[in-house]
Amino acid sequence: MTTSAQAKNYITNDYHVWSWVATRDHKRIALMYLVAITSFFFLGGLAALAMRLQLLTPHTELVQAETYNKLFTLHGVTMVFFFLIPGIPAVLGNFLLPLMLGSRDLAFPRLNLASFYVYLLGASFTLAAAVLGGVDTGWTFYTPYSSTYSNTHVITMGIGIFITGFSSILTGLNFIVTTHTMRAPGLTWFRLPLFVWALYATSLIIVLGTPVIAVTLLLLILERGFHMGIFDPALGGDPLLFQHLFWFYSHPAVYIMVLPSMGVVSELIPCFARKRIFGYNFIAFSSLAIAILGFFVWGHHMFISGQSLYAGLIFSFLSFLVAIPSAVKVFNWTATLYKGRIYLRTPMLYALGFIGLFTIGGLTGIMLACLGLDAHVHDTYFIIAHFHYIMVGGTIMAYLGGIHFWWPKISGKLYPEFWGKLSAMIVFVGFNLTFFPQFILGYLGMPRRISTYPPEFQVFNVMSTAGATILGVGYLMPFIYLIWSLRYGKDAGPNPWNATGLEWTTASPPPTENFAEVPTVSEEAYDYRSRPEIGNV
Amino acid sequence: MGNVPFFPVQASTMAPQVDALFAFLMAITAFFSLLIALLIVVLVIRYHHKTDADRQGANNSHLVLELVWTGIPLGIVMVVFVWGADVFYRMKTVPPNALQIYVVGKQWMWKIQHPEGQREINELHVPVGQPIELTMISEDVVHDFAVPAFRMKEDVLPGRYTHQWFEATKVGEYHLFCDQYCGTLHSGMTGRVTVMEPKDFANWLAHWTRPSGVMTSSGAELFQRMACATCHLPSGAGRGPSLTGLYGKTVTLQDGRTITADDTYIRESILKPAAKIVRGISLSCHRFKTSWMSKA
Repeated sequence: MTTSAQAKNYITNDYHVWSWVATRDHKRIALMYLVAITSFFFLGGLAALAMRLQLLTPHTELVQAETYNKLFTLHGVTMVFFFLIPGIPAVLGNFLLPLMLGSRDLAFPRLNLASFYVYLLGASFTLAAAVLGGVDTGWTFYTPYSSTYSNTHVITMGIGIFITGFSSILTGLNFIVTTHTMRAPGLTWFRLPLFVWALYATSLIIVLGTPVIAVTLLLLILERGFHMGIFDPALGGDPLLFQHLFWFYSHPAVYIMVLPSMGVVSELIPCFARKRIFGYNFIAFSSLAIAILGFFVWGHHMFISGQSLYAGLIFSFLSFLVAIPSAVKVFNWTATLYKGRIYLRTPMLYALGFIGLFTIGGLTGIMLACLGLDAHVHDTYFIIAHFHYIMVGGTIMAYLGGIHFWWPKISGKLYPEFWGKLSAMIVFVGFNLTFFPQFILGYLGMPRRISTYPPEFQVFNVMSTAGATILGVGYLMPFIYLIWSLRYGKDAGPNPWNATGLEWTTASPPPTENFAEVPTVSEEAYDYRSRPEIGNV
Repeated sequence: MGNVPFFPVQASTMAPQVDALFAFLMAITAFFSLLIALLIVVLVIRYHHKTDADRQGANNSHLVLELVWTGIPLGIVMVVFVWGADVFYRMKTVPPNALQIYVVGKQWMWKIQHPEGQREINELHVPVGQPIELTMISEDVVHDFAVPAFRMKEDVLPGRYTHQWFEATKVGEYHLFCDQYCGTLHSGMTGRVTVMEPKDFANWLAHWTRPSGVMTSSGAELFQRMACATCHLPSGAGRGPSLTGLYGKTVTLQDGRTITADDTYIRESILKPAAKIVRGISLSCHRFKTSWMSKA
């Protein structure tokens, strides 16, 4: 594994368990998050697999209705709160932000460690709820089913998500302060990597929005525990109040999930096109625009909820506006390819896949913002297909692209390129086979959250389940070969991609203090003109 | 294999309007998705690092281009907004001569009441070519009354009435779904909308009768019509226990008491299912907070 005497890096400088448990090193914290969120990803994935098996036939008896309801709740809760929302910020953000800024750590290293333990505490409550028998309300916890009627462990899971929200808030806070105060000399805002802009915009959403879901869950717990009349009309409450409060956070939450992934794509495209990104300013500002506009559109989840027509008109209008900055990004990424020198390495395959699938997902979002159409497809598989195109076809593909791109920096090893490309293609095929039929099912009228269905829906369900199996294989492969590479991969060297960015100027893996000397920056970002060749990979 | 539908049937006046909107949006989606995909493929091939394409003079920003590809999508979505708002406005504006029908949703069934007293469970009979307004309310949690063939749905709330209207254009039978997750048997909260010629509908209304006649046969008819039979299958394989041979039997309750399943017990169990539960029966079927018969 090692060739000559290796300088100590952030992994090897101390092997004691306590040095990991009590670490303040943002890189070690990022790795611990990586293990945690990957575990939740596989848990949520198993739930999805069980669901897709149940949906193979119209009346499969694999699981009882009650169990199915608990499965889709577990799938939603683990994927949203424990994988996608923390995901890129807690793993790639934690690892890379100080490196990209040329600093030695985040502004508040101990707060960073605290946020990880808060995540673990919240995760424990949530897993406890699952082990005790699960929750069957859906990840959206609509009242009064969740506050009065459900006989499952709603309060336990609510406490778990409430706690985990604070992990998110602390990370967001840390990122904002770090970006403002710890940039290296010469690193002005408009020289920052676009990943930093994306993390910054995401952190704004996190800090402003997450307290609202915290309070909402608290109110839900109070109603359920003490029969306070807040959301249940039988107690004098209003179910729509819950929906407004819930979606006020949960819509911006989807931008928490997608903005960092767009930031990753903005790093990958220039490197593998060997060209400065097209429209840097527009991409940077579009992240901020999405963050801000994203707070004003939540009512598009409630067009047929009993919400007024006029509220619907306003939310529909604003929802169309929020789509425009995303479109701007897609055009700019594509334009970056023009007159570039393109290398189709694994991270680039993921990035290009992201652009295509996010475009489809985003355009179906336009369909849903449209009042006249949403009425028909609301709460059907059309919605499920829409958000999975963005979350899985978008965010998860960008996440995998980022993991592959920065794997050499994180681990000091190269992953096997052939297997990387193969898995990327398997993921792409499996993904489309899983979710495209769901658009058809949704327009046909197949509702969400059902475990049995009319027989004429079977063909598309079988296609979807087949796709899910392929997708599962595609995800399992990187899990295997990335771990394999830790022992058998070639040594990466500091900059295997010959990429720009301060993180590539230090060793792979970096030393604990990141840089021997704090760097000074005098160039614009993505100066690939001066380095047209990719590295020796 | 039979007929696999790719597209739902159009059975209401709004359906073609929604589908036209959808067709336009599909065209936009297909156009832009294919455009981006094609551009990516062409650019990747042409500018692959192994080609010697001309890479001189590449620039990294172009204000006019940015404004164009911001402005054109903005224009398109504004058109979509206005068109969609117009369709939605029509969906929300009930025509003046609408026939009133009342819907009560509860876990996990639909109870429909016609203005002159005819009642249905999980079925809705309507005449073709006549605007129908549904006034809906829930007895417990939020449900959603959805008919894909009509391209419409609306949430059904506890504590307040919601409304939707439709005018069916095609005789036939169509799926009714509950489109808001509402608990254990949400999947089973389905039904059928039957659209009939006006004279057939008038016939159906006229011949609908309350059960009458011999007690046992009217009881049996009630057992079927109130959908008790849906869960309490004679074989015991349904969601609820079999009730065959229950009358007069000695049963052990969950709290250990032993009682006879007499008239009082049966009446109480119908009105308050959770009051005395036989040992060994799971609670999942007995989540009724109030008697489901209360509106019968």
